Amino acid sequence: MSELTFFIDNKECKAKKGQTITEAARDNGVYIPTLCDYPGIRPAGTCRICTVKVNGRNMAGCTTPVEEGMIVENKTAELEDMRKAIIEMLFVEGNHMCPTCEKSGNCDLQALGYRYTMMVPRFPYLWPSREIDASMPKIVIDKNRCIQCLRCVRGITTADGKHIFGTLHRGDKTRISADPELVAAMTDEQAQKAMDICPVGAILKREVGFKVPMGKRKYDSAPIGSDIEK
Amino acid sequence: MGNIAEVVSKAVESYQKDPTRLLDVIRDVQDALGQVSDEAIVQIGHLMNLSKVDVEGVVTFYHFFSKSPVGKYTVYLNNSAVAVMMGRGAIAKAFEKEVGCSFGSLSEDGKIGLYDTSCIGMNDQEPAAIINGVVFTNLTEKRVKELVTGMKAGRNVSDMVKDLGDGNNQSELVKSMVKNNIRQRGSVLFAPYESGSALRKAVAGTPEDVINEIKNAELRGRGGAGFPTGMKWDFCRRAQGERHYVVCNADEGEPGTFKDRVILTEIPEMLFEGMAVAGYAVGAAEGILYLRAEYMYLKKFLEKVLDDLRKKNILGKNAGGKTGFDFDVKIQMGAGAYICGEESALIQSAEGKRGEPRNRPPFPVQRGYGGYPTTVNNVETLCAVSRIMVEGGKWFASMGTVQSRGMKLLSVSGDCDKPGIYEVEWGITLEQLLKTVGGSGAQAVVIGGPSGTIVGKEAFGKKVCYQELGTGGSVIVISKKRNLLEIVHNFMEFFIEESCGWCVPCRAGNVIITNKLEKIMAGNGTKTDLAELESWCKIVKGMSRCGLGQTSPNPIATTIANFRSLYEEKLKKVEYETGFDLLKSVQESCKVANRKPKIEGH
Amino acid sequence: MSKPIVATASLAGCFGCHMSLLDIDDRILQLIDLVEFHKSPVDDIKKFTKMCDVGIIEGGCCNSENVENLRDFRKNCKILVALGECAIMGGLPAMRNDIPVKECLEEAYLGSPTIDPKDPKIIPNDDDIPMILDRVYPLHEIVKIDYFLPGCPPRADLIWEALLTLATGKELNIPYEVFKFD
Repeated sequence: MSELTFFIDNKECKAKKGQTITEAARDNGVYIPTLCDYPGIRPAGTCRICTVKVNGRNMAGCTTPVEEGMIVENKTAELEDMRKAIIEMLFVEGNHMCPTCEKSGNCDLQALGYRYTMMVPRFPYLWPSREIDASMPKIVIDKNRCIQCLRCVRGITTADGKHIFGTLHRGDKTRISADPELVAAMTDEQAQKAMDICPVGAILKREVGFKVPMGKRKYDSAPIGSDIEK
Repeated sequence: MGNIAEVVSKAVESYQKDPTRLLDVIRDVQDALGQVSDEAIVQIGHLMNLSKVDVEGVVTFYHFFSKSPVGKYTVYLNNSAVAVMMGRGAIAKAFEKEVGCSFGSLSEDGKIGLYDTSCIGMNDQEPAAIINGVVFTNLTEKRVKELVTGMKAGRNVSDMVKDLGDGNNQSELVKSMVKNNIRQRGSVLFAPYESGSALRKAVAGTPEDVINEIKNAELRGRGGAGFPTGMKWDFCRRAQGERHYVVCNADEGEPGTFKDRVILTEIPEMLFEGMAVAGYAVGAAEGILYLRAEYMYLKKFLEKVLDDLRKKNILGKNAGGKTGFDFDVKIQMGAGAYICGEESALIQSAEGKRGEPRNRPPFPVQRGYGGYPTTVNNVETLCAVSRIMVEGGKWFASMGTVQSRGMKLLSVSGDCDKPGIYEVEWGITLEQLLKTVGGSGAQAVVIGGPSGTIVGKEAFGKKVCYQELGTGGSVIVISKKRNLLEIVHNFMEFFIEESCGWCVPCRAGNVIITNKLEKIMAGNGTKTDLAELESWCKIVKGMSRCGLGQTSPNPIATTIANFRSLYEEKLKKVEYETGFDLLKSVQESCKVANRKPKIEGH
Repeated sequence: MSKPIVATASLAGCFGCHMSLLDIDDRILQLIDLVEFHKSPVDDIKKFTKMCDVGIIEGGCCNSENVENLRDFRKNCKILVALGECAIMGGLPAMRNDIPVKECLEEAYLGSPTIDPKDPKIIPNDDDIPMILDRVYPLHEIVKIDYFLPGCPPRADLIWEALLTLATGKELNIPYEVFKFD
């Protein structure tokens, strides 16, 4: 397989042809924060947290393939502040009540809030009115917590490739929804996968919340991304 | 409910269950039933083998589809800034009074629905509305009364059109009261043109020759972004694919632009021929005209033009008399979404999906419609192509400025004596333009629409061209009597409404910066608020995925830059102000508890 | 330099943040050497009689009394610290924010199953009762807040580190394990 050489913040990195910037960065021990990206599913570039500067232009690292000789800026003060701003936007855009959330401690959004030491979002809270859909047998969708990353839309499909989750409306009214027939036919494994693929606490498998005690959860003792950074 | 099943199955069958025709299926159902209910959505899903949520996703994405009933008569009244300037408020009130319901709802008897809609491309004849696909312009309160009386009496909407507009608006297949208002003709678009002459020249040479000629002309895309057309075709031609496509972007949605509407009405032959030339250049056999839903009234007429061109062998097998070159054009209707003017969103929509832009790379020229290499070009660009074929690239490049060659159509509206279409040479100064259109003494000009730039007097000496003041064609003149910040606010509401919702900075950011603007407009802003507003605009611009979010803060950002005092005079001279009003915030609870709010200092 | 004066209050909160402050355990002896407490539930001083250096507030604002209290703090403290999730973003009480006030009050006073059917059905309206706000507000949406300490409750170690910084001017050290939103 052919190898490409590129640079992240002046560090020489190697990439396989076809790898995206975030993938290649990971392999080179460089953490570029991601949120909507998920291994094994097609990148969507919804959250923009992985934005890097490529040859002076802002690009999403998760959707941009590495090219030979690419100059990537990652940890600049400007980019880090803009990323933090995106995290803060997500916190004010929805209703994120961490203290009551089943996913707390295992939530990627919250973990990014920790990593970026978000004391308080710079933006005023929007307090949207959002629905909790508890009509389904295996899962509950709490849209208050949804960040519309589309991981569930992209990653959870039926055997014949139909979307179980989809997007309704547009703009600030965009909401995730599930197909009632297809969601009713979900297996326990699929329901678990849906909950796992959701970076926040928007999709919950029934009867499994709060299983892991505080102190032992995914992000209790080490920041998100610390497993990548060398 | 048998009716729903019947309508749905007929709609689905008439498009052979083709998922790329989902928008057409939904439109047929919407037209037949006045809504696309949950039941209809489920049935469409079953018959087309799509999940319900995907069908519902499309229904809820587009403005002209609705899950709830919108009435036998559906009034879509433009609420864009110029409509408001021209008296839209009084017209809306008149509608509400006559119909008896407010905008965004349906009359009690379910017969008439009143809805807002973004710019419908009639800025030179506002206030205007679309009722069941028929356009009514220059509305007055008296006219509204007549229209509502007619609707209540069950009259056919097209029968209520009284005077027809000029040119082809009078055609039997259009019969519209829309006016062309062509105020100034230039040598590229509105000069005499012999149908067939461009394609004849093109096919006499090789596709590479055609591309070279376009490169020699230094033609740049007329939609606004200004990408070199020859280069785009070259990329598309070279891209691997068993098929190639030409897509014409006739989804002009930038508030204030209406030039493509006039082209489509008056010189569609030139446009379709330009598509054929493009098809020859990139090696495509099929062209798609993606027509915005607001221009539905032109569809039959355009179909006839296509038929005539087929008869003349400008389209069809061996098009232009070139053996082996087959090229035809089909029309795909949009359904109300500004974002579909973005080329990859347009392709998604043409494929029957939600009009969300795609990630790039790959670019449409590499993988576009159906995954095949596709060139998406603007209506005006393709017309210019036809002229360049006839007159030559050198001739074209002799006009305009160094990086902006040729002529440009401007859609001029707002506070000027002669709103309408002007074909000008690139490089005209704003001052000259304002004089021509009768808009001297303007406070500001919005050039390039809300996503462009708002400039004041200091910039009137600047030239209209890519290097100085670029534009896709929208020019809005704003006189001194207008409250510029209100116009800015209208533009921001437009972007909030039209964001596709895919990426965070555009979806949430536009709401956040608009709230901040409102805070300042309400007199609750401080120096810190203004500084934050400026910096937040940069975040939205810098982090958004596509051109919409990358430009949506422009109304605010460019007015802070060019009209800073308008903001500064609104600021409170205090260090900190949240705008929190205790008295106001206890009103509701006191009312419920039946007590009088008692607050110290009030 | 004389000891910095600290005031604290709990508005629309559960006193959990104050409990967490007590979780600094024996360091409380050190704290008493470092700062002087003024108006606070800790010492039960009810009124401001002097300017304070630091005001620490738990809870958001859900009624008029919270607002008045908060404004009193802003007037009497040089530095204001929002302590805990409720102070920062409304917290649990803010879960009512998308429910109309009318519905909340009717549910609480008229429709709740715990209401004695013999009682007159009224929503309390005595002038001495604070008036409910249209929604629960984070502190910084009402007055200027200088610092924020997240957590539900903020961990004792985080509060301790922050107090040390405020009292001694040493650089704020936030170990990862104590910086939490829950």
